[in-house]
Amino acid sequence: MAPALKLLVQRVALGLMLLFLVSALIFVGTQILPGDVAQSILGQSATPEALANLRQELGLNEPALTRYFDWLFNALQGDFGTALTNGQDIAHSVGNRLKNTLFLAFWAAVIAVPLAIFLGLLAVRFRDRWPDKLISTVTLASISIPEFLIGYLIMYFVAVKLRWFPSVAMINDGMSLGEKLSSIAMPVMVLTLVVLAHMMRMTRAAILNVMQSAYIETAELKGLNRFQVIYRHAFPNSIAPIVNVVMLNLAYLVVGVVVVEVVFVYPGMGQYLVDHVSKRDVPVVQACGLIFAAVYIGLNMVADVVSILTNPRLRHPK
Amino acid sequence: MTNHLNYLAARAGAGKMSRREFIGRAGALGIGAAIANTMFAQAVQAAGPQKGGTIKVGVNGSGSADSLDPALSANQGQTLVTRMWGEPLLELAPGNAIEPILAESYSSSPDAKVWTFKIRSGVTFSNGKTMTADDVLATMERHSGDETKSGALGIMRGIQSMRVEGDEFIIELEQPNADLPYLMTDYHLLIQPGGGKDDPTATIGTGPYVMKSADPGVRFVFEKNENYWRDFGNAGTIELIVINDDTARVAALQSGQVDLVNRVPPRTAGLIDRAPNITVHKTAGPGHYVFIAHRDTAPFDNNDVMLALKWGMNRQEMIDKILFGYGSVGNDTPINASYPLFTPMEQREYDPDKAAFHWKKSGRTDPVLLRTSDNSFPSAPDAAALFQQSLGNAGIPLEIKREPNDGYWSEVWNKQPFCTSYWSGRPVQDQMYSTAYLSTADWNDTRFKNETFDQLLLAARAELDQDKRKQMYADMGMILHNEGGLICPMFNDFLDASSDRVAGWGESAGFGLMNYYAPMKMWVAA
Repeated sequence: MAPALKLLVQRVALGLMLLFLVSALIFVGTQILPGDVAQSILGQSATPEALANLRQELGLNEPALTRYFDWLFNALQGDFGTALTNGQDIAHSVGNRLKNTLFLAFWAAVIAVPLAIFLGLLAVRFRDRWPDKLISTVTLASISIPEFLIGYLIMYFVAVKLRWFPSVAMINDGMSLGEKLSSIAMPVMVLTLVVLAHMMRMTRAAILNVMQSAYIETAELKGLNRFQVIYRHAFPNSIAPIVNVVMLNLAYLVVGVVVVEVVFVYPGMGQYLVDHVSKRDVPVVQACGLIFAAVYIGLNMVADVVSILTNPRLRHPK
Repeated sequence: MTNHLNYLAARAGAGKMSRREFIGRAGALGIGAAIANTMFAQAVQAAGPQKGGTIKVGVNGSGSADSLDPALSANQGQTLVTRMWGEPLLELAPGNAIEPILAESYSSSPDAKVWTFKIRSGVTFSNGKTMTADDVLATMERHSGDETKSGALGIMRGIQSMRVEGDEFIIELEQPNADLPYLMTDYHLLIQPGGGKDDPTATIGTGPYVMKSADPGVRFVFEKNENYWRDFGNAGTIELIVINDDTARVAALQSGQVDLVNRVPPRTAGLIDRAPNITVHKTAGPGHYVFIAHRDTAPFDNNDVMLALKWGMNRQEMIDKILFGYGSVGNDTPINASYPLFTPMEQREYDPDKAAFHWKKSGRTDPVLLRTSDNSFPSAPDAAALFQQSLGNAGIPLEIKREPNDGYWSEVWNKQPFCTSYWSGRPVQDQMYSTAYLSTADWNDTRFKNETFDQLLLAARAELDQDKRKQMYADMGMILHNEGGLICPMFNDFLDASSDRVAGWGESAGFGLMNYYAPMKMWVAA
């Protein structure tokens, strides 16, 4: 177990270091945006006096390095400060938004991941025959269409014409789980269509790769049927690349769905971040950036860990 | 047949028949859908307001970074929210009139320097406290002074002193201003208990509704204030849902998730209006889209260059292709018929010959550089391209530089010598001119400096004789028309839409959505 453990510790340490570097980058990035917070809050209605008053109040006159370490230290304790624009507690607002984002990502993943892997297995089983071609064509088409267009199409047919689900995916705490699920049905559909192809193609390719090996031939020769061969022998050996692509897509579901959020008016992190970027609300942008980075790095770390653990050579060293 | 139709209309008016059913039955009597639709609307409107129910509004122009403090109100969502729970002293009414709200009446000294507002008695805040003249004073104090961040600071700056005498609130001005009542209708100046100095975001006011839940950039819920002092506001609950995406907002209206939306995109307004259960409401307003040049920077310091650009603008084409007909032509002044003392003047038409003449006279041959971006006004880059073509016909070269939306208001507008922009207008000429055309104005975005103009502006402000004032504003309009750095091709209409679930759309003054009062003035019809 020793080499695996060592690798794991290395991975985690690397992840943390990466996160620290990212925090510095986020801070620098937000500093070099054109215009400043005061200007953006007041917009076209900014007079020089109002600007000066607001800058003073927001502490924008402190040196950058002081502000960075203050921020990092507080962020580590879970205190992201208050939003400059509306004075609300960031940890609280972000917490709500993050909960919504994770809710949507969770249900999209619950449907998309098993479906993608199942379709991948199916495609391998019927390789180069019509089911394989149909699956590939449909998923590739859905990934090629921009997601907002899929969103509008689904909205037009499902919400406006058929009136099956609401076009506005608004959820709040007063709703039951059933109501919430009905509310997010359309964004979940869109997200599923968007992430399906990538995971399904990767599953198919990874398994096909393994299928060339000698031990698959042996399995076939000892009389197992084709699906059993794939399921028992090929799939476990191609888990590493599949987990990798699954994690990438999960990360996308958490950090990259701003377009879908806007189209369906879903109160998630992406929309929250974009609103505050356009107002130069630096503390919020930094908090969101840090959370996104943590999610991305965290999920990739999980992918690495899983690949290490599924590698027998690392689990059972000589 | 007429009898039966009347019977149907009465049923519809009583709210016992939906629009769909009415049109169907009227169709059976040989009445076309379009006519039946109008009849239905009339029947419902004539039946008068119904109380109760929920009205849902899909709002564009709001974000999760918005504050609940009325002083920081800067977009349509915020204005809509603050209107629900707060009230100003006075409000704009159709026909350039003023409606007294929290001030029962007002009067001025003969020189228009001292203004007295009699504060209404028996009005309580939603926290149970009685509203007094002291609350009014405290509110006005919060919006003035060098410390304030209020968007109304520009209005409050001319005030020398304010005081309370009994139930009267008195303002003394540094310079006379005959328009002060109009300024008091500003959407920032909502009376809060203690002026909102302790907690500006508490959303406690005297308004017809009280806030039940607030999630900025997402959703706001209001319920009728049971102790409200007058008969106003019909729905029992009003829900504002922020839908910034145009397509999503219209789809929400079509699918019945919201009953009312603002900012219908002009491009699709005609199409949406044709839907059987939706009506698009068009309201002319003071908002305008502009091309602004700095008069103190070459080549725009040469008036021949300015005149060449003005004559080279095809205004009707802009209305047709940028506003899709939902607007009216501008005449290189920021003033149109929605202002109280407007005087029409001869319309400047597209004339490539005159444009070429002035261009030649200016002696310039290099192209003129115009900066634009999508958020300076909708389809601004397209408008710039049209301008390039119409100038091209006159042999005037225009170069277009597309700027990013991000930072446009801080880096380009009021900084670069020639760019596209918009103004949402002001209730009176004085305010519009002193905001952007007075030599010393912070937002003089055309760097227009004209002594005669400035003198006329100050003189008009102190003039209580309306005819003389009107003439002064006409003269000022003419100066700006001939010498200003403003090229104003079009005034844009406000476009809102409602479904047949709600009724009661009517005439209004000011901004779109019936000056943001539509959710309260309309009622649930079906």
